Amino acid sequence: MDVVTVEHLSKSFGDLRVISDISFSVHQGEVLAIIGPSGSGKSTLLRAVTHLETATRGTITICGTRILDGGVYADAATLRSALLKLGLVFQDFNLFPHFSVLRNITEAQVRVLRRGKAEARERALALLEKMGLAGKASAYPCELSGGQKQRVSIARALALDPQVLFFDEPTSALDPELTGEILKVMRTLAAEKMTMVVVTHEMGFARDVADRAMLMDGGVVVEEGPARELIDNPRNERTRAFLKRFSESGRT
Amino acid sequence: MVKMLGAMLEGSLVSLEIFLLTLVFALPLALPVALGRMSASRLVRVPVNLYILVMRGTPLILQILFVYFAPYYLFEASYDRFTAVIVAFTVNYAAYFAEIYRGGIQSIPKGQYEAAKVLGFTRADTFFRIVLPQVVKRILPASANEVITLVKDTALAQTIGVAELFRVAQNASARQFSTTPIFIAGVFYFVMNWAVSEAFLRAERKLAYYS
Repeated sequence: MDVVTVEHLSKSFGDLRVISDISFSVHQGEVLAIIGPSGSGKSTLLRAVTHLETATRGTITICGTRILDGGVYADAATLRSALLKLGLVFQDFNLFPHFSVLRNITEAQVRVLRRGKAEARERALALLEKMGLAGKASAYPCELSGGQKQRVSIARALALDPQVLFFDEPTSALDPELTGEILKVMRTLAAEKMTMVVVTHEMGFARDVADRAMLMDGGVVVEEGPARELIDNPRNERTRAFLKRFSESGRT
Repeated sequence: MVKMLGAMLEGSLVSLEIFLLTLVFALPLALPVALGRMSASRLVRVPVNLYILVMRGTPLILQILFVYFAPYYLFEASYDRFTAVIVAFTVNYAAYFAEIYRGGIQSIPKGQYEAAKVLGFTRADTFFRIVLPQVVKRILPASANEVITLVKDTALAQTIGVAELFRVAQNASARQFSTTPIFIAGVFYFVMNWAVSEAFLRAERKLAYYS
């Protein structure tokens, strides 16, 4: 089953077309890596699918619900309930600084999903345990390292039981020695068959963990295929050039 | 001397009343004003902008006179002087507080709204649970300035004959041919503002648990 289907999606800022005619789908339990140079439209694509940006044209279907149909958005209620099936992890975490770690994870469960406080708390503590942050429930975000913050934000997203989790360069704001702990968590989620769409510059991670990879450049999809194959034996010239630049800079 | 101090204490109570009532009305009123100032609709934004421009652009003393005498000249209706003072102070201070709120609201990173949206929070929950608490922390220092100014501005109520602290001190000073009562009034204002500063310091400390 397809969790997310995107057809002919385009987004323009004025005359500038940032993403153009993009189509892809994400199957249940699959990890899709979106790679490509800076400014290629990867993040914009993610933000358009999660409705942080409005798309100009195309169709988006989430778990069978069409939220964007030929450039026209569904009504607010349909949109809201469909978007609840998506989770998003930001590059710079965006934790709520005035809430404790625990409340960062419980607040939406209680206010949005109407879960009981005790249930929300239990779920949050279980997720913290899983993220290796068992002792941090009462800490505040400002007391955590970048890697810990990002793990809290992953827990916050998972607490709402999304059907698919999007990651927008989840390790790009972290010191190199901290990226490992995030990638480890994501590997675990992949092994548990969590459906994930990951915009990343971590080629090693994309190659080893993602089922499929999609290379974007200049706002279009240049090449798409099984991750390992695409990264090890790229067919497209632009993919090859991009991966070559990458291996030369030592970030594989 | 004792009698004079008693009268000045009474005057202080009037000043304190003006101070507290202004805060009670102006602090909440400033929120819709701030939101109106940021409204996407010109129909809302332009009049609110004009209101703020007039309130900040003309002397408070003139606004007090206007609020009290305008109904009299227009409709020959006169009303309570104290009420007029509260109305004038409230609309004036709401304009200043609104701009402080606006600064605070606009300083909250876009990512906070985006995270709230992705998590499914309603717009109301996003504003009142995520944004506003963070705004309060950020605007405390600027608000302290404004509240301290308000304590001193209460002296302007005497313009339309409200017997607040400064008026009482001036009367006493005239009777005794001495400036001492005026200086004592100064001490009174200082003590009140010392309490205000202390209150804001405590509030800041209370919210220092996160950054």
